[in-house]
Amino acid sequence: MTETTSFEAPGRLGSGRPRFYGQGLPYRQIGDLNGKLFVIEGPDRVGRSTQARLLSEWLESEGHAVMSTGFRRSGLTSAGLAQARMARNMHRITTSLFYATDFADRLENQIIPAMKAGFICLSDRYIYTTFARDTVRGADPEWLRRVYGFALVPDVVLYLRVEVDDLVSRVISGGGFDFWESGMDAGLADNLYDSFRAYQTRIIEQLDRMAEEYGFVTIDASRSVPEVFADLKTEIARII
Amino acid sequence: MGSGNARLMKKHDFPGRLIVVEGIDGSGKSTQLKLLYRHLATLDYTVFLSEWNSSPLVKSTTSLGKKKKLLTPTSFSLIHATDFADRFVNHIEPLLKAGVIVLADRYAFTAFARDAARGVDRDWVRNIYEFACLPDAAFYFKVPLAVSVDRILTGRQKLKYYEAGMDVGLSSNPVESFKLFQKRILEEYDLMTGEFGFTVMDGSLPIEEQQERMRASVHDMLAGFAGLRKGPHQEALR
Repeated sequence: MTETTSFEAPGRLGSGRPRFYGQGLPYRQIGDLNGKLFVIEGPDRVGRSTQARLLSEWLESEGHAVMSTGFRRSGLTSAGLAQARMARNMHRITTSLFYATDFADRLENQIIPAMKAGFICLSDRYIYTTFARDTVRGADPEWLRRVYGFALVPDVVLYLRVEVDDLVSRVISGGGFDFWESGMDAGLADNLYDSFRAYQTRIIEQLDRMAEEYGFVTIDASRSVPEVFADLKTEIARII
Repeated sequence: MGSGNARLMKKHDFPGRLIVVEGIDGSGKSTQLKLLYRHLATLDYTVFLSEWNSSPLVKSTTSLGKKKKLLTPTSFSLIHATDFADRFVNHIEPLLKAGVIVLADRYAFTAFARDAARGVDRDWVRNIYEFACLPDAAFYFKVPLAVSVDRILTGRQKLKYYEAGMDVGLSSNPVESFKLFQKRILEEYDLMTGEFGFTVMDGSLPIEEQQERMRASVHDMLAGFAGLRKGPHQEALR
């Protein structure tokens, strides 16, 4: 007798009406979305990208098609934003709107089409990091929320949380301080170390506040990569 | 039409003055603004002209989006708001603070009209421009649709994709699409006339007559205005 390999059929995602934070995209007939939108949030250096890659591989091994997205990966704005960042003199309002353009392009040209086709979209950061960054730089949080009224409400936001001391040790063991991660443009301090601490402390504060406002699933990211990953898998398995 | 929930631009209290012209393509607004600029420049005022969609910061992004037809109504709205923000914070606002008369060829109202014509929410787009200030005068050059369409179509080879509103899907024929799209924009301008207190100009009158009226209106507005006077070093510019 020939041996048959047993396998488990991939779980079906089910479909649903898109939900938006505000007015949405009134000119567009979207219909039902067959996929899911999972967001990984957290400050710089917390290990988001590593976890996103692991999750993507795991979901694919489970039989789900995955589309990954993240900041500045828009076909429309990536080159322009890179250029503007190099110049380092963009005003905060202009920056907010340029990033909103980047997000809008990815939402309409990547995320929604993929979700219609039944993909799981894995977003490495979403509108919340933008809210945190811009608010720390003096933007009106209410204005930002209204600008992003076209954003799709994700199925889950997994928030990788650590204390700032933990981030500092990760920076030092992993390549050193960076201009943007230290928020040097925000004028909080005149050197990378102090600025990093001051800036990331404020970012974590903002994310903590939003964890409540938007119902994030908070995950203790001070632990090892496999431990954090196990928690992420458990949370995602609840949804699919 | 509900701008009930929108947070709007507020009046400024800068020493300068902001004068804007609005209207559909081919309404003659740029011609009139240029003539006003020439006039004011002969007087003692410092005048600055700002054009829509002219920030070097987003130029390559906007061109790419238009060329590859990547822009959706939302991203079209946002990239133009980015352009405007760059010009507002770096040029318009500092100049108003310095006491300059800033003349803007199209202002936020162009976005309100076009973006609403593309189907985005009116309150949403008004809210985006909350950081800007209301102008001291907004001239709306009103012309019958047929006149403006005729002016545009006789003057050029081919309508561009977004200019003709082809992305909205009103018609597969560019000229037909342009007409339908411009009609929608015109309706939005008409709705805004009361909302923002536009000074309506009859764009079908002779150019000289329109300019005469515009200058009279601007002179009334500038009564008692001190602003930034030209210095002796600008003598040659007069």
